Amino acid sequence: MTDAPHIPVARRLLANRMFLATCITCTGLAVCVLAVLIVSIMMDGVHRLSPDFIANFASRKPDQAGIRAPLVGSIWVCAICALTALPVGVGTAIYLEEFAKRSRLTELIRINISNLSGVPSIVYGIIGLTAFSRFFGWRAGSEPIELGNPESLLYLRLPFGSSVLAGGLTLALVVLPIVIVASQEAIRAVPNSLRQGALALGSTRWQMVSRITLPASLPMVMTGAILAMSRAIGEAAPILVLGAPLMVLETPANLMSEFTVLPMQIFNWAGRAKASFQEIAAAAIIVQLAVLMSFNALAILVRQRLQTPFQ
Amino acid sequence: MLLPTLATILAVAAQQSPSTDPTKATGPVRLDGSSTVFLISEAAAEEFKKVAPKVNVSVGMSGTGGGFKRFCAGEIDVTAASRAIKPGEVELARKNSIEFVELPVAFDGLSVVVNRANTWATSLTIADLKRIYMDGGVKTWSELNPAWPNDAIQIFSPGTDSGTFDYFKEAVIGKDGKVRGDMSVSEDDNVLVRGILDNKHAIGFFGIAYLMENEGKLRGVAIDGGKGPVAPSPVTVEDGSYQPLGRPLFYYVNAASLTKPQVVAFIDYLIEKTPEFAPEVGYIKLPADLQSMVRANWVARRTGTQFVDTDGEEVHGTFRSVYR
Repeated sequence: MTDAPHIPVARRLLANRMFLATCITCTGLAVCVLAVLIVSIMMDGVHRLSPDFIANFASRKPDQAGIRAPLVGSIWVCAICALTALPVGVGTAIYLEEFAKRSRLTELIRINISNLSGVPSIVYGIIGLTAFSRFFGWRAGSEPIELGNPESLLYLRLPFGSSVLAGGLTLALVVLPIVIVASQEAIRAVPNSLRQGALALGSTRWQMVSRITLPASLPMVMTGAILAMSRAIGEAAPILVLGAPLMVLETPANLMSEFTVLPMQIFNWAGRAKASFQEIAAAAIIVQLAVLMSFNALAILVRQRLQTPFQ
Repeated sequence: MLLPTLATILAVAAQQSPSTDPTKATGPVRLDGSSTVFLISEAAAEEFKKVAPKVNVSVGMSGTGGGFKRFCAGEIDVTAASRAIKPGEVELARKNSIEFVELPVAFDGLSVVVNRANTWATSLTIADLKRIYMDGGVKTWSELNPAWPNDAIQIFSPGTDSGTFDYFKEAVIGKDGKVRGDMSVSEDDNVLVRGILDNKHAIGFFGIAYLMENEGKLRGVAIDGGKGPVAPSPVTVEDGSYQPLGRPLFYYVNAASLTKPQVVAFIDYLIEKTPEFAPEVGYIKLPADLQSMVRANWVARRTGTQFVDTDGEEVHGTFRSVYR
């Protein structure tokens, strides 16, 4: 402790400059890698982008191939994922932060949720395959039970098989820990004085949560949720494990439809020998990047628009 | 002899045709399995859509083994395979009471490939290949032939989970042999092509389709299966002289799915059109006599495999000597 002041000023300034240079180099490297990636993909794929590329189904002829089924499939699984993961995730976060008593059990649950967000997504794929696709082996080898008309939107088949519903629920498992942790942090960031004020005025805990805490934390919750969705839309591994097909020539009609997603289509095309398939793989990557960036832009927009005076 | 058979076939076909009009069929056809056969399935699915717009054929690529796992669990209607079903898989199907129709569709030839700068290895015997690929095999070309360069062989191979690898291993090393661990392995045939392009002393193997696509860049090695060297080509695979590295490709159809008109319509289409699609994607179509045998077996809805006997033992021998 007493040594610090004795270091000559010149040396301290030198150390300062060196640290700054290191930081700039690191940032530069990261930006460079990203730039090289984007530029090379743009060079390979941008001339393949066209309305037909979005509107056409997959084809063995690269010139006629499009990403309609995987793009719409990605939107379906993401929507299902959002509709299931967000209510459950935010609800869990509210319970843990606002209602649960601080006990060893809730502490254990908290730690485990944080750990779960680091589990590789392929593990969730295996859980999804067992739980949603196969219902733990229930009725293995026999025809699934059908509920409703296969042509209607409300058709269900048990077990779910490699349907878009099984895919969405599996992705919900992948992002659930992320949603919970992000929402917990958002709720924790709401000043305690607001809660105490509400309680002092005689509101119940439910009134406090629904009128004070949740609205105040909503921008951060939404940001976390949208970032979780952009993780979900980029996942290929858990969907692959479910046995989702690589070639689908129809967009989903209901929750039981077969589907594929953009990362799987990219994986399929990128692995082919013909150079023209590499080009349409690059074009599909551009679309995927565009979707991701619009998600991120949405997150920023939501954060700015919903910013409340509480914070 | 031929006429009555033909008459029966036509009669049976006529009986079944009303339910299999593709333009009226609706619903899903779930297909999975071999990544080799994927190219045929993909072409068939795409073209079938034009004939039967209301049928949704989806094609997965879990690999031959992965496809059989799903097939034997009753999850899919059809699985594609780059080898015949194995005794263990037959057993699993029986346990889950899954019956199936076995349909050979085309041939694939495995080509052994070297760099174009390799002037010495113009032909190799199966024994040579075994000494290169077996566990504890040769390290340099000169160990195979003293006249060849004293340089290390760079060995490339498709992934050990692929049907391609299974087929090569059985044909070259034998069922119980062990393949060496110190080689470059990739599931992506592109990586193999690139690796062999970059190494003068490299050797590798993959489907003849890939050799044809990269013709001029790589050189296919003639294979001596005991009757003199034979170059890998569609002609030599179809006439059966390219042995033992020509292999049959199959579809297996779940018998329970035969009640679904869309599945029957798709398989009808597949059998009719594969002779067109197979050459387009680099495989070799079945010769006419085999093709009519397959059609007859399909029309008769003949269930079970001809490659595993009733005692659950694998039937050995060339495809032609086994399939009836």
